[in-house]
Parts: sequence; structure tokens; C-alpha cells
Amino acid sequence: MRIDVNASLGSYPWRRVPGTSRSALRAAMDRTGIDAAWVFHLPGLAWRDPMEGNPWLVDVCSHEPRFTPVPAIHPGLPDWERELEGMHRAGVKIVRADPTWYGLAPAGAEMRLLARATACLGIPLMMAVRFEDGRQRHPLDRAEELPAAAVRTLVREDPAVRLVITHADRGFIDEVHFGSTPAEAERIWWDISWVWGPPEDHLATLLETIGPGRFLLGSGQPLRLPETPLARLDLLDLSADDRASIESANALAILGQV
Amino acid sequence: MLIDVHVHFLHAASPRSDWQARNESRMRAAGRIGITWQVSSILGTWGDRSPIYFPSPADVTLANEIQRQIVARYPWQVRGYVVVNPNFTEHALLELERGKSGGMIGLKLAASRRADDPLLDPLCEAAARNGFPVLQHIWQHRRRDFPGQEASDAVELCRLARRHPSVVFILAHIGGGGDWLHSLREVRRVPNVYVDLSGSGVDGGMLEQCLDAVGAGRLLWGTDLTMDTGLAKLRYLERLLGDETLDLIRYRNALSIFPPASFPEQ
Repeated sequence: MRIDVNASLGSYPWRRVPGTSRSALRAAMDRTGIDAAWVFHLPGLAWRDPMEGNPWLVDVCSHEPRFTPVPAIHPGLPDWERELEGMHRAGVKIVRADPTWYGLAPAGAEMRLLARATACLGIPLMMAVRFEDGRQRHPLDRAEELPAAAVRTLVREDPAVRLVITHADRGFIDEVHFGSTPAEAERIWWDISWVWGPPEDHLATLLETIGPGRFLLGSGQPLRLPETPLARLDLLDLSADDRASIESANALAILGQV
Repeated sequence: MLIDVHVHFLHAASPRSDWQARNESRMRAAGRIGITWQVSSILGTWGDRSPIYFPSPADVTLANEIQRQIVARYPWQVRGYVVVNPNFTEHALLELERGKSGGMIGLKLAASRRADDPLLDPLCEAAARNGFPVLQHIWQHRRRDFPGQEASDAVELCRLARRHPSVVFILAHIGGGGDWLHSLREVRRVPNVYVDLSGSGVDGGMLEQCLDAVGAGRLLWGTDLTMDTGLAKLRYLERLLGDETLDLIRYRNALSIFPPASFPEQ
């Protein structure tokens, strides 16, 4: 089984991206043998209230058994706690926040409160380091990348905080993992969408130094080709068990589905 | 057949202590992907004794010599570009001639001098005489100068290409950072500029836009520093294109732009 933990629906504000509809996402998943995807609402990233995209996202996913919704929570807006609780009551198993896109300090009071609230509810919090290569972004697309220090801060906020970080490169992962206690590091998972394969072999090195238990299949589709993380895995000498951990077992465990 | 037009090898005189492991990893991954030929260049001592993008003449000579040794070690897998620093014109021309007689098949211009600078003209004339394509390192839409390199973008490369219509220029790593949409708008109208698909960028829609801008007839497959993304793009193209069109990108275009008999049948 393959689960892509990093997929989205809807248009991107900064350039034309094909394949943003639900049917196109399904087709891309079929093309690459991906059985299920964790999906967020891409346009909401740039909305003043990204939570306005949540009802649509949850509704779409209720009709798409292969999609798991990852609604957005903006902890700088009034009454965000009610949104989080409502999503939780509706059966949502993971939420996301992109503080630099919301104009929030990534490790500021609002984000720390959100981390604690998700810990209280027992659901993980997803954050992206970036969405595009910084060298190609639109001149008006000036949101900072998520800093590694923020991840370290948030995971220390409560012993029940669990974080899923997407689009991180090897340097970022190394810094957070080895800058955390083993107990903290066990509560952070990384997708492999931005981790280089050969000849630099960043992914192979991380799997050797950190172990496959912390890594998830993630693509960033449709902004990025979903073929990429699979090509990355195909170029490794992985045991069937390790590959299954990365492709699905770790993700299922995060959502309590094993 | 599959030809990778954008490859680099490391060596003992570079700052990387893991240079052998990286080279071996490249060869191993090439085998897995099914790459038939890798066309490689070495940028001096990779910053050890002179800057990567401004290599000294001594480092250029050393790098080209090592490149020839790598070709000799892998005679059925690797071919080489001659690297030059255009600021040292006489040395650059000498290296080109030495490279030609040593079996090199192309010219690599990195970022020692802006692509539209007149200093590049005698090198392009020499490339034309030798039938070499010119692989030009590109920053897709250079909005400013960056430390450590005198980078060029597609607009600057196309100025050079228009001055040398008999030379084929390869716009390096369309996925290698920067605004590739900007580059594609420019190269559309310049028929002697080919687009190399290498780079870590795997943006959705990028390959369709490449096909729309220059057609399959001016696309070249490559990897540069990330072979995994090269494989991903190849797999996507396999779903997008028929075999004959795909073969243009896999190898036929490369066969047509490098000197005859550069890639003998294995």
C-alpha cells in the first residue's frame, strides 16, 4: 500500500499548475500506484482565513474514500479553537498550519498554543518547510520558509505534540532530529519530497542515521511530480519491510489506523 | 538508449572527502536507471584551490585531464565536455584543442563570464569548428548577481546563440532553480538553443511547458546533481509521450548535436 501524505487540491496562487482537481489527483495516484493521499486545500494557504477552505475540503474527502483531509487551522484568528474542535468532532485525524503564510511567528505564542491544543486532542500537526524552490518564487511570494528552530520549539511544547513536516531537506531534518532528545525526535515525522537521492544520497544517509521509522512517502503533488519520491525509493537498496514503513505503515500508525 | 547530457564527477583534488563514494553512487544509479552514456564536466577543483565558477587555468587543465581519465576508465559509459574559464582566452582555446584531440565532445561554459559577453565569441567559433555543442550553466531568470558566480540567464544565452547560429547551445538544468517559465519564453524563438531537463526541480506542468515552448525536438534528458529527479521526469514523460517522440528526448536529439560517432554502438 502507498500513502502520499503530501498532496493538495485547488489552484495555486503563483502560477498555473495542471492537475489540481480531485479527478486529476485520482488519475495521478492511479498513474503512480498511490492508493491513498492526505490532502489539503491549496488556495486556502493564501487566504486571509485559510479555515474557510475546510468545509469544502472535508466535503470533497467525504466523497473520496482515498483522500484523508488535512484541514488548516489559523491560530491567530479569533475562535480558532472552535474550528479545531469542530474538525476533530467531524472525524478529522490531522490538521495543518503554515504560520509564515499566515503572517505568524512560526514559534510564537499562537503556534505554541496550537501545538498544545492538537496534543490535547491527540491529533498530529502538519507543517511545510516550503512549497517551491526559493529561487523560482513569484516576486510577491515572500513568506519565509519554516525555520528548523520552530520545529524544535513546538515539539517541546508538550510531550504529546506530534508533528509531520513536509518539504524539508536533509540539512533541516538533521538539525531538528539531532537537536532534539530521542523522545522528542520520536514525535516528528518527515516526508521525503525534498530529500535528494543519488549521487548525493541524502535519503540513504538519513535512513541509515535516523532509521526508516521517521519517514513518510510524500510528493507535494500536484505542485511537484508524484513520480519523484517513488523514483527516490526505487534507487535505494531497501528491505521490503523498510519500504513498507515509509510507503504506508508509518503514516497509518500516525493516524492510529494500525 | 538513454543519454544524460548533464553530469559531474568529483575527484581527489576537490574538497569533498566522499568524492569516490559520490562517483560510485552515480555509476550505480546510472546502471539502475538504464543510462547508456553520461556526458560529464568537472569545474576545476570544485572550489578547493580556486572558485568553482571562476576556476584558475591550472585547475581547468587539471579538471579536463581528470575528465579524460574518467572517460578512459569508462570508455563505454562516459563522454566529456571541455571546461574553460573564458577570462583566460588563450588558455581556454588551448584547452579546447587539447580536449578535441583527447576525445572530448562538447564545451562547458559555467559562470565565469556572462553568456552574452564578447569574450565568449572566439570560444564559440572554436566550438563551431570542432562541431561541439556548448552547455551553458543557467540561472533561470537572473534578477540580480549572486555571490560566487557571474551567472547568465536564457536572455543572455540567446543573445550569444543568435551571434553563433551554427552552434548548438544547451540551456542547462531547466529544473535547476529560478523561474523556468521565463527561460522557456525566451528560448522558444531561438532554434539553436536546446533545453536540458536536469535539476532538482520537478514542478508539475514544467515538462508540458517545455514541450510547448520548444517541442520534443529541442529537449535533452539529464540529471545534474539529482538523479532521482531525472528518473522521475523520465517516468512522467514515458506516460506523456509516444515511444518515437520520447526517444528524441532520451537520446536522438543528443546524437544529433554532438560530433558524429561520439556514442558508438555498444
